[in-house]
Amino acid sequence: MAIRKLLIANRGEIAVRVIRAARELGIRTVQVHSAADAEMLAVKMADEAVNIGPPHAAKSYLNIENILKAAKDTGADAIHPGYGFLAENAGFADAVEAAGLVFVGPKGDSIRVMGDKVAARVAAEAAGVPVVPGSDGRVDDPEHARAIALAVGFPVMIKAAAGGGGRGIRIAHDMAEFETLMPQASAEAKAAFGDGGLYIEKVIGKARHIEVQVLGDGKRAIHCFERECSLQRRRQKLWEEAPSAVLPQAVREKLCASAVALAEAVNYRGAGTIEYLYDDETQHFYFIEMNTRIQVEHPVTEMITGIDLVREMIRIAGGEPLSLNQSDVRMQGHAIEVRINAEDPAKNFMPAPGTVAALRVPGGPGTRFDTMLYQGYQVPPFYDSLLGKLIVWDETRSAAIARMARALDELAVEGLATTKPLHQLLAQDESVQKADFHTRWLEPWLEANAHKLNS
Amino acid sequence: MAQLLSPLPGTFYRRPAPDKPAFKEDGATVAKGDVVGLIEVMKSFTEVKADAAGKITFIAENEEPVMAGQPLAEIG
Repeated sequence: MAIRKLLIANRGEIAVRVIRAARELGIRTVQVHSAADAEMLAVKMADEAVNIGPPHAAKSYLNIENILKAAKDTGADAIHPGYGFLAENAGFADAVEAAGLVFVGPKGDSIRVMGDKVAARVAAEAAGVPVVPGSDGRVDDPEHARAIALAVGFPVMIKAAAGGGGRGIRIAHDMAEFETLMPQASAEAKAAFGDGGLYIEKVIGKARHIEVQVLGDGKRAIHCFERECSLQRRRQKLWEEAPSAVLPQAVREKLCASAVALAEAVNYRGAGTIEYLYDDETQHFYFIEMNTRIQVEHPVTEMITGIDLVREMIRIAGGEPLSLNQSDVRMQGHAIEVRINAEDPAKNFMPAPGTVAALRVPGGPGTRFDTMLYQGYQVPPFYDSLLGKLIVWDETRSAAIARMARALDELAVEGLATTKPLHQLLAQDESVQKADFHTRWLEPWLEANAHKLNS
Repeated sequence: MAQLLSPLPGTFYRRPAPDKPAFKEDGATVAKGDVVGLIEVMKSFTEVKADAAGKITFIAENEEPVMAGQPLAEIG
C-alpha cells in the first residue's frame, strides 16, 4: 500500500529528518507532540500537528493509545517511530498493524527476537555470525562455569543472568581470581535479583564499536557498509565515522556479509543496524546486538553511499521491493558526524536546557547540519539532550577532520552550553587523527583533558 | 515554613524508581540533607535534598514538570 499520509511518532531532529524524506516522496505529514513541544521545528514543518499529552514521555510519546487515536483522527495511513521512544517496542509495531496502519520498520516479531539478548545471540549464531565467546545462557553449576572460562580464555566477565545495570559484574584475569569472584558474583546476584544464576563472557580488551547498516524488504537484504562509533562516553556515542579507518578490506567484506546473512535469516524489513565489537589485534569481530530502527548516526552512511536511508525505509514500508542491488552500493570518501548535545563538557556534561539566543549554522562543501534548532527556540528539559548532528564529508579522512574543525568553528549556538568545544578538541587530537582509539578511550581522555575543556 | 525550590528545570520524582516507595511520605519529618526527590533533566537525574529540618509538605506531584525555582515542598 503506497503511503499517502505519514504520522511521525517522535520529536527533535529525527522528526525533522523524517518530514523531509516524506515531503520529497509527496507524502503528507502529521507531527504528534507533547504539550511541552508545541513550538518544536517539526511541528512547524509538518502539514498537521496533534497534541498527544503532557510533557512526561510516558504520557505522550510513549502513549500508544493517544498516538493511534491521532493517526485515526487525521487519516494517517502509516507511522514512523524514529529512534528511541516506541521505535523498538514490538507491541507498538503490532498495535499499529492491528489498527490497519503501516509501521515504518520491521515486523513486531523481528523486533521481539532482536530485543531479547539470548534469542538474538542464538539467531546470530544460527546465521553464522560470530558472537562474543561465552556461555550460551545461564550457568548454575560451578564446574560447568570453570570449563567455560577455560574454553573462552581469560580475562572473562562474570555477569548475573538476571542482572542489569552493571550489578553483579566481575572481571577475572585468571582461574585463581575466577574461583574467588564466582561465588561473590553469585551471592550478589542472589541478593540483588533473587537469582544466583551467572553468565560468562570473554572480555574483549581494546575493542572498537563497528556497526553495519542494512536494508531489507522482508525477502532480500543488502548492506551499506560500516560505521565506526568507538568514541563514547557512558556508552553514549559522541563522534561517528563511515567507513571505519582501520578495517582491512577482506575483514570489511566478511563483516558486511555476516550482517546481510543475519538480516536475511530473520526476513528483515526496513533499515537496521547490526552492532559488533572489533578487536584490532586479532581482526576478529563479534556480534553484540541488532538495532531494528533508523539510527542517530545514519547520515554518515548516507554521505559515503549517496543513499537516502529514511526515504528507502518509507518506500519499503509502502510495499516496494528494495530499489538497490548490492552491486549498486558503492562507497566514496569519508564522513564524520559529531553530536551537538545540550550538555556542558566543562561541568561534567551537565544538561543545559535553555533558549537559543542566536544560531549560526555551518555551510559550504560537504557540510550538513541535521538539527531541531532555530533562533528563539526554547529547548525543553524533559527529553534527550541531542540538539543536532554536524556531518561532514570529504575525499579522505584527514580532509574530513579538517573540514569538521572548520565547520565546528562556524557553528554558533548562543544561550546554552553544548558539546561543541569537546569536538573541537577531539578534531585536534593526535590519537583521533590517527584513528587510534577504542570504546574505553574517551573517558580517560576526558579526565586527562578536563583542564582544556574548563578554560 | 521554608519553601524547597527546584534547583533545575525538569521532571520531579518523589520515588527512586516507579516500583519503589516514596523517598519521604507527605507529612514525614525530614533532616537537613535528606533526599526527598529527584529531578530528571534530559535523562540525567539530580537528587533534591531538604535544605531545612522539619515536617515536609509536598507541593509538586510525582512526575510533575517543574521549572527552576519552582516550589517543590514546604518544610517546617
